[in-house]
Amino acid sequence: MVKQLYYEDVEIGQDIPVLQKIATTRMLVQWAGATGDFNPLHYDEEFAKSLGVGGPIVHGALKKAWLINLLTDWIGEEGQIKKFSCRYRGMDYPRKMETFDVPKDGETWVCKGKAIKKFIEGDNHFVECNVWVENGKGETTTSGTALVSLPSKIN
Amino acid sequence: MAVFEVPEPLKKLIGQVVATSVNLIEQGAIQRYSRAVGDSNPLYNDVEYAVNTRWGRLMAPPAFVGWPVGADSFDMIKFVEKLIGLGAPSGLLDGGVEYEFCTPVGTGDILLAVVKILNIEGRETRMGPTMITTVESTFTNQNGAVALIMRNTFLNF
Repeated sequence: MVKQLYYEDVEIGQDIPVLQKIATTRMLVQWAGATGDFNPLHYDEEFAKSLGVGGPIVHGALKKAWLINLLTDWIGEEGQIKKFSCRYRGMDYPRKMETFDVPKDGETWVCKGKAIKKFIEGDNHFVECNVWVENGKGETTTSGTALVSLPSKIN
Repeated sequence: MAVFEVPEPLKKLIGQVVATSVNLIEQGAIQRYSRAVGDSNPLYNDVEYAVNTRWGRLMAPPAFVGWPVGADSFDMIKFVEKLIGLGAPSGLLDGGVEYEFCTPVGTGDILLAVVKILNIEGRETRMGPTMITTVESTFTNQNGAVALIMRNTFLNF
């Protein structure tokens, strides 16, 4: 079970504990199967090149799911994401496979976030956050915002 | 490069409901999704754990319901093919998403999705002349409560 975060635990400017992710060609196929997004842009080298993106790219929606994972790990089971939005700003390229289940060395992505505002409305305790995904070069390739509600220690 | 001029037949779609679908949220689909994300949260993976929480069942991660999971009977790719048939450029990229989560979703929920075209516009992007479409999907559960509202933006270039 994820440790529970309370409204009182959060300070404005506080960093959300980072979440590291990798993406491999194998994982993109797994994602396609799990979600039903079979756009060949994500697994067919020639098709992706013909669209001018260089090669198969990581699904934007997978990076969205990483950011949701970052948030649900942080807020715990009593916390709820109320609003979330993100934009896919840059292309990310998956690692190739070394063996059938071991990826080659390569890029690791880091999901990050920061609490930027907290406020109480009625019985609800809200925290607003910025969240983003950085590639191996430290460039932000996906960025977004979230509004979460947290339990309070006081009521 | 130039701004993409949206053809008239596509402009006519703005504001229209383009699909409705009924979606049963399945345990196996949630587990496959969580594994694909690499999210090991037991609430989304471990049925035995989940039934002993206050939710009493395996829950879906917030973004599990989205394009295209949980809306299987609405095939977004087929829809995009229709847009291309009406004159949209044939390249496709996901631009981003906006969610409002109202009621948590878990195993056994039945969601009715109503999918509406909010906007279609032409722009110039780094991909060249680009058509940007925003689609709003409202998911209502079997108790009549809105589970979530999702707005997807995608780019044809």
